[in-house]
Amino acid sequence: MMVWLDQHRAAARLAMRRLSAAPLNSLLYLLAIGVALALPAGGQMLLANALSLAGATSAAPQISIFMASGADRGMAAEIESRLKKRSDVKRIQFLPREETLARMKTSPGLREVIEALPANPFPDAFVLTAADERPEVMEQLAVEFRQWPRVEHVQLDSAWVRRLDALLKLGRTAVLVLGALLSAGLIAISFSIIRMQVLTHRTEIEVSRLLGATDSFIRRPFLYYGLLLGLGGGIVAWLVVGAAALWLRAPLGELVRLYDLTLVLQSLDARDSALLLAFAAGLGWLGALISLRQHLRQN
Amino acid sequence: MAEVIRFDRVSKRYPPGLDALSDVSFEVAEREMVLVSGHSGAGKSTLLKLIAAVEKSTGGAVLVGGQNVGGLARSTLPYFRRRIGMVFQDQKLLFDRNVFENVLLPLSITGFSPKEAAQRVRAALDKVGLASREKALPVMLSGGEQQRLAIARAVVGRPNLLLADEPTAHLDADTAADVARIFHEFNHVGVTVLIATYAGELFPGARRLRLDHGKLLP
Repeated sequence: MMVWLDQHRAAARLAMRRLSAAPLNSLLYLLAIGVALALPAGGQMLLANALSLAGATSAAPQISIFMASGADRGMAAEIESRLKKRSDVKRIQFLPREETLARMKTSPGLREVIEALPANPFPDAFVLTAADERPEVMEQLAVEFRQWPRVEHVQLDSAWVRRLDALLKLGRTAVLVLGALLSAGLIAISFSIIRMQVLTHRTEIEVSRLLGATDSFIRRPFLYYGLLLGLGGGIVAWLVVGAAALWLRAPLGELVRLYDLTLVLQSLDARDSALLLAFAAGLGWLGALISLRQHLRQN
Repeated sequence: MAEVIRFDRVSKRYPPGLDALSDVSFEVAEREMVLVSGHSGAGKSTLLKLIAAVEKSTGGAVLVGGQNVGGLARSTLPYFRRRIGMVFQDQKLLFDRNVFENVLLPLSITGFSPKEAAQRVRAALDKVGLASREKALPVMLSGGEQQRLAIARAVVGRPNLLLADEPTAHLDADTAADVARIFHEFNHVGVTVLIATYAGELFPGARRLRLDHGKLLP
């Protein structure tokens, strides 16, 4: 076990030495890998922020029931009681017309218009969430509620949620596709770099073989080299994404404020950061493994 | 004494039909010192390569320590080679590593602990007179020192068989004699030594095998 550890330690040291022996080359390799990885990592960051924004704005689809304008509070209470008896309705919120009017008066530009009206134009309303949020079930509920007496209008709010969900799905797929493509690119970069390393160190490989080195002994420093390249590239990507998050935070915050939302753009969280670094290191290692396997098989 | 090497009607033909060795048979006993001599292209290097399993014979059998070298699987080849010390004609030193690290390589491959490996490397360097040069890069050494470094690397694993391909080539007379003395010293402590050389006079007392155009002369 100690021998195995010693050999790994020596291989890792040798890989570090080779990386630091040509600092400019190594830096350029790391930049190439880092920039390639920053794209899907940045996409993942934006997606995570979009998801949290969607969560904050209540992604659960809602049904709004608007009472007829002439309906009094007693009729509204009757509707509320009917709703409360239903097991397919999860949550009910009653919005009295006075409250709606007061809220609307705080909206910029609406105050003057509302104050000019002779009477409160808003009806009493209910906002409810269903126990089953599937669109077809929601649609069925809306149809039923429309039949109820003194109900003027029923509005199903699931359309925008579905649109948002579709957009997020698209974003997720785009990040996955981009990630897969750039991962393949990263493996190719690592493959080429290790191939050059193998050619540079071919005498050493030949001598090691003649002295009794196994394939795994020969492979080891190159695998560490690939792993360190990937890890270094991952760190560069993490820094790029972090810097981009900082840079975009203010303008994006301003943009979402226009939609009455709040967003402080967060960089990758601890889990995503760890995943990025592990993934990058793994890809570097994989590129090196493929490159070495091909070389050792040919020689 | 036990037999260390046995060539049984060994032939080696390189494409497109060049016979490097033809029907060569001989034995080398334990603790023996044997010189393989012959003109350039006689097959000396090929013979050493067959013993170290760097090449495979195209006919006959090469046995080292009773093991048929031609039948070794790729996976067992490294372990076989670890039992043999080799000094290559072109030395094959690693020029980006210092003297100490060059000698350390076979021990790293075998898996010695860093402490024991360091002790062995220093002992080997002391034996060949390079103890004071362990930090030097090979390019800073003279031809004779480089050859001694190659010998130190070959013997650091304490093999029972030492092969050397033209170890005194390109060395001046004094340095060549110095290098030859080192081989004698290893042979005196029980190492079987097989040297391919044209400078047989440097190794008095050694048995000679003469090759001519791939054939062993009687």
